[in-house]
Amino acid sequence: MRLGHGERSAIPVVLFLLAGFAAPLIAVIWFSFMPPRSFSFGGAPTLENYRTIFESSSYISFLWSLGLAFIAVVVLALICYPVAYGLVRVFGRWATLLTLLFTIPLFVSENIRLYGWVLFFIKNGVLLGTLKSMFGWQLESILFTLPAIIFGMVYVYLPFMLFPMTLGISMVPNETRDAAFDLGASRWQVFTEVELPLSMPGITIGFLLTFVLAVGAIAEAKVLGGQQVIPISHDIEIAFTYAQNWPLGAALSVLLMLVVGVLVILALRRFDLDKFLGRR
Amino acid sequence: MQDRQQRLRHALITVWTIAVIVFVYLPTICITLASLTASRYFQFPISKWGLEWWHKTFSSIEIRQLLSTSIIIALCVTVIAVAIAFFGAMAFARYDWKGRSLYQKVILLPIFFPQSVLGLALLLWFNTLGLPLSWMTAVFAHLVWIVPVVTLVISIQVYSFDPALEEAAFDLGASRWQVLREVTLPVLFPGLFSGALFAFLLSWGNFPLSLFTTGADTTVPEYLYAKMVAGYTPGVPVLGTVSTVGAAILLIGGYGLILATRRAKAAE
Repeated sequence: MRLGHGERSAIPVVLFLLAGFAAPLIAVIWFSFMPPRSFSFGGAPTLENYRTIFESSSYISFLWSLGLAFIAVVVLALICYPVAYGLVRVFGRWATLLTLLFTIPLFVSENIRLYGWVLFFIKNGVLLGTLKSMFGWQLESILFTLPAIIFGMVYVYLPFMLFPMTLGISMVPNETRDAAFDLGASRWQVFTEVELPLSMPGITIGFLLTFVLAVGAIAEAKVLGGQQVIPISHDIEIAFTYAQNWPLGAALSVLLMLVVGVLVILALRRFDLDKFLGRR
Repeated sequence: MQDRQQRLRHALITVWTIAVIVFVYLPTICITLASLTASRYFQFPISKWGLEWWHKTFSSIEIRQLLSTSIIIALCVTVIAVAIAFFGAMAFARYDWKGRSLYQKVILLPIFFPQSVLGLALLLWFNTLGLPLSWMTAVFAHLVWIVPVVTLVISIQVYSFDPALEEAAFDLGASRWQVLREVTLPVLFPGLFSGALFAFLLSWGNFPLSLFTTGADTTVPEYLYAKMVAGYTPGVPVLGTVSTVGAAILLIGGYGLILATRRAKAAE
């Protein structure tokens, strides 16, 4: 059989992802059925690890991760919509520069940026030190609390909400908006009945991306949260490192993968990427 | 009336956007401030300014080792990622083929995947294969996440590529290799360049994948994290500042280069 250009061009990526993505995931799934504390694939498959998880309090970590991610997504949507709208409709030629400014932090390791917030919020840090020396106020730091974790997530994942949203809003044709206005729609009606539905693909991608990333987040809780809350990814890391119980860690990973996978597949099922990324 | 409301709305959006930009850069400013202090611990307002910690950091052999490890990893990732992603993008956006729609979605999966879990999965996989962990396994790990990203970045350029250009070159008797070198690559250059920039910078700043896959070799983000958790010195903000400013210069410089070539082409 002779392969076409498309198939042949896809071969390197597909082979690479088979070796670097599919195979490791299969290894994790397989490992999750190995006897606890084993380090090889040789053992007899067992459901022991899953039983341990369901009998333990791991579900609390799961709920924390899902809950925190959900709050972060809602807050991000509210913060980003006006900015994304501005980038598409208000700022004109400044939009490119602003986009660049929003892009730069993406390339700086997230723990460095979170550490900047530690320096900002910490006792005698930039915020509290200034308040103390200027006004004599002595306030408690919000560091190492739950809101600090959400704050960190909102901060780190902002570009992942902003850029898909911007793409989504730019997909709303100006003619459609103008037509709605001409037909006597109010500003609010145009927003709810034209702008929002037509930009939904981008908004959905933004929700999905930030949610998935936030569910797997680990650094925010560690750096800003002072381990007030243990998210699921931290449980997984502990199982792999300190506890040296790889099969348990693998089983936790599989459960997390299931949650994320179902969400992603549901959201992407009916998604036309050609239209979204701008084909003809 | 309608007009005034709109102006008000636009003014509010502008103020809001500026506030968000400040929010985005505030921690970077804090880090830079902290690197400029002369004392061992960070206190604000800073009582004694100084550049000692910059000298100390850059004369340290350990830090140079870290920087070179990070740069080597990022360079390898860039070269390999762009090579694989170029073909990946052609399959993504240029050609129509049967499995394309599925392929497009499969490519996205590693991006939509929690990176810390991906790092652990790769650790397990390398262990299974009996590969010793080093900067080379880290290159592979970074690629799993970066190849899909770069494929998307290049695809955006490929979408605006006119296939008729290639066909015309073939009709004029050019060989497959000539078409690639003389037509396809030059036309797609801006996309390949931004792809390379993305690959380098994402690898440079990556922490969750490096954490589990570098073995004894250490990258800058890993070192910073270890120092943040235990053993803070003002060397941490110094390296943090370097890493941020470096990324900004590369990105702005790269973007300027793309604009300049575009302008030069338009002038021809």
